[in-house]
Amino acid sequence: MNAQQRTSTYNFAYLDEQTKRMIRRAILKAIAIPGYQVPFASREMPMPYGWGTGGVQVTAAILGPNDVLKVIDQGADDTTNAVSIRKFFERVAGIATTTKTSHATIIQTRHRIPEVPLTAGQVLVYQVPNPEPLRFLEPRETETRKMHALEEYGLMHVKLYEDIARNGHIATTYAYPVKIEGRYVMDPSPTPKFDNPKMHMSDALQLFGAGREKRIYALPPHTQVVSLDFEDHPFEVQRFDKPCALCGAEQVYLDEVILDDRGNRMFVCSDTDHCESRRAKGYRGELGGAQ
Amino acid sequence: MMGAPAAALEGGFADPVLDAQSVFRTIMDAMARPGSVLAMKPLVVPPAPLGSAAGAVACTLIDADTPFWLDPMLSAHGTLGAWLGFHTGASAASVPGSSHFALIGDPMAMLPLDQFAQGSQDYPDQSTTLILQLQSLSEGAPLTFEGPGIKGRSTIAPKGLAADFARQWRDNAKRFPRGVDLILTGTDAIACLPRTARLIQAEN
Amino acid sequence: MYVAVKGGEAAIDNAHRLLADRRRGDRDVPALTLDQIAEQLALGVDRVMSEGSLYDRRLAALAIKQARGDLIEAIFLLRAYRTTLPRFGYSEPVDTGAMLVERRISACYKDLPGGQLLGPTFDYTHRLLDEVLDGDPAVDVGLQRTDAQEPATHIADILGAEGLIEEDAPAAASEPGDINQTPMEFPLSRATRLQALSRGDEGFLLALGYSTQRGYARSHPFAGEIRIGEVDVELFVPELGFAVPVGRVQLTECQMVNQFKGSAKVPPQFTRGYGLVFGQSERKAMAVALCDRALRAEELGEEVVAPPQDQEFVISHCDNVQATGFVEHLKLPHYVDFQAELGLVRNMRAEHEAMSGSEAREAAE
Repeated sequence: MNAQQRTSTYNFAYLDEQTKRMIRRAILKAIAIPGYQVPFASREMPMPYGWGTGGVQVTAAILGPNDVLKVIDQGADDTTNAVSIRKFFERVAGIATTTKTSHATIIQTRHRIPEVPLTAGQVLVYQVPNPEPLRFLEPRETETRKMHALEEYGLMHVKLYEDIARNGHIATTYAYPVKIEGRYVMDPSPTPKFDNPKMHMSDALQLFGAGREKRIYALPPHTQVVSLDFEDHPFEVQRFDKPCALCGAEQVYLDEVILDDRGNRMFVCSDTDHCESRRAKGYRGELGGAQ
Repeated sequence: MMGAPAAALEGGFADPVLDAQSVFRTIMDAMARPGSVLAMKPLVVPPAPLGSAAGAVACTLIDADTPFWLDPMLSAHGTLGAWLGFHTGASAASVPGSSHFALIGDPMAMLPLDQFAQGSQDYPDQSTTLILQLQSLSEGAPLTFEGPGIKGRSTIAPKGLAADFARQWRDNAKRFPRGVDLILTGTDAIACLPRTARLIQAEN
Repeated sequence: MYVAVKGGEAAIDNAHRLLADRRRGDRDVPALTLDQIAEQLALGVDRVMSEGSLYDRRLAALAIKQARGDLIEAIFLLRAYRTTLPRFGYSEPVDTGAMLVERRISACYKDLPGGQLLGPTFDYTHRLLDEVLDGDPAVDVGLQRTDAQEPATHIADILGAEGLIEEDAPAAASEPGDINQTPMEFPLSRATRLQALSRGDEGFLLALGYSTQRGYARSHPFAGEIRIGEVDVELFVPELGFAVPVGRVQLTECQMVNQFKGSAKVPPQFTRGYGLVFGQSERKAMAVALCDRALRAEELGEEVVAPPQDQEFVISHCDNVQATGFVEHLKLPHYVDFQAELGLVRNMRAEHEAMSGSEAREAAE
């Protein structure tokens, strides 16, 4: 954990107070209507749209001096964009940061949910590129808004069913749509569907920020999150044949690493903190070296 | 602001940035865990009869983009409107149905919930958030809730709500996703009731 | 033993160090000054101010320098800076009729009140590279008119006097929307669309405007009038009870005059497309005016048949800061999702092989 010296040329956490208030109001509405996408007047941030501006604005609006922030991208703390966002908050808010999931009060993420269940008091902030789960079926916002208003999700079921007809199973592997408390269909952000069950009845508050598309949505803790499926084709998550080659973990999401140009590859935890914690406790996978 | 009495200028946040942040986190946690009573430090000193908890919530959330409405009990105190105007930059809404926030000093006599903005089916977020000032959050008749944010059930006992609050709140839930959200304030604590909080038991 | 790749932080620092080095280039070549950029690359500065939505020549010049001349990057820098500025209030509407005109032309009339003023234009220059500019040749001072300027009546007022052109919409009783402060809700008002177009990408709007000339949502435009010059910006001060000037900005305004067949309610008359942008950006103002007119299709009872008439399509995609961010975000790691897709493709291939294998067996049997 490192507390940092804050750059004083900008307001605490970069955003001006009026912008923070606007975002905070949107967050409260998002919590009050779980799964509904609240429009907000997203601002230009000093990183590009599509690189986490929604998550960054949400984090900036909730962040306080006592928070401990963790930033992950693809499950890892040391991917370049995670490093860049973490440094941004160290600079503009002077807050403490960590790579340890259990130490963090706020975790900003792109594409993964940590393997260890989150706890009450933690907030998970997702970076969302396309908040509208129906967008690829219907490009018009005016239409999709109507579909949500009327709870008309037939199109989504048709799409999933066409998958089954064509492939024998649903061919959506990430950004797999979920239904919240039996009402709104929601995009879980491009996390692999492996992570969908972690959203259900989580102890942590989950906030979703889409900067370019100007939407904020939320899942309060203990909220029902159901992945869409059919009785004869129930929702399933990905399975990996092998445990993590470094820490031996099973039932976790793995990254495939190409070792050479002769087709040799290994599978390792995508959640780097989870992998490191396990190895620190002495767990070893087949390529993890001696204890 | 010219001509405003001194009482309207004093009593705001000592540290507008960090005080607003800490109050917001309390509100956010309370909204995410309906029915939990969370302590609130006295960070503002509004003119009577507005309490410090309700005043802090107002200073945290309201600004020039969000017209507010005061119930007759609060609007009878002219200084209060001036104080809110000075500290938030917001202006008063002409009717409750066009307000983003409504401050209710006398919840027993308050307007029915359906008189405030409910949002539309397309934009259910465009609804009024009510900030109620109550005598206590723990000494009234218990109300038990279920819903998102609540592990199992949660119970609060606000004192000073309208006699038919239970019926009104159930009607509010029927309008979902439209409907209002409530921020209940006591002297030094707050609790929230988003529209999703289902009232399952009310004792009289 | 395999060791996962680490050092994202050091890699980023080193990359930025190299970027700073490349930005500066050969140290023997003198560094550009902001004055040089603002004075000699003024139209680039104008574009950055216009699409950056911030009127400040010095900051726009700084952004161009920092962005190594990449104007979209410079626009992005200016927008990000703009986010941090507190908002003091809204100015009164500027009066382009009272503009101190430096250029004003109309393609509709040979002459008109206020005259045709060519001003500093590339029009009618022969596009021949001028090798002399490789040095710093002496340049004659531009000639300045000495007589008082005759008021340059807006073309719409001239046509309007005869009732030949649609009237200005009455000023809305409420404030126009503000695309910075309010999330967009489709359908957008014309005022809100014009704001978005005014800071939209010049290239995108140019191409869309061009497509209307080639038959996609054809609207038979005439360049009614283009004017470039400075106007006063005034702010109403409630304590004083009147508006006070707070500064002056250079604007380019384009009024397109378009045919309209008329409808059951409205007799045939000319309609308008309008463009207003910061600085001297004539191509942009014209493109905005063409797009504005095309986007009014629904209001004028025209059939919506082409992309430039579709406000969700045009407005959702005209912002180059949004567009460049999202296109370029494809550079970010996506290996978690790619892994998910890899797994799916492998499964599907295995199923396919099993299937064709069993089909082959069946055929053999």
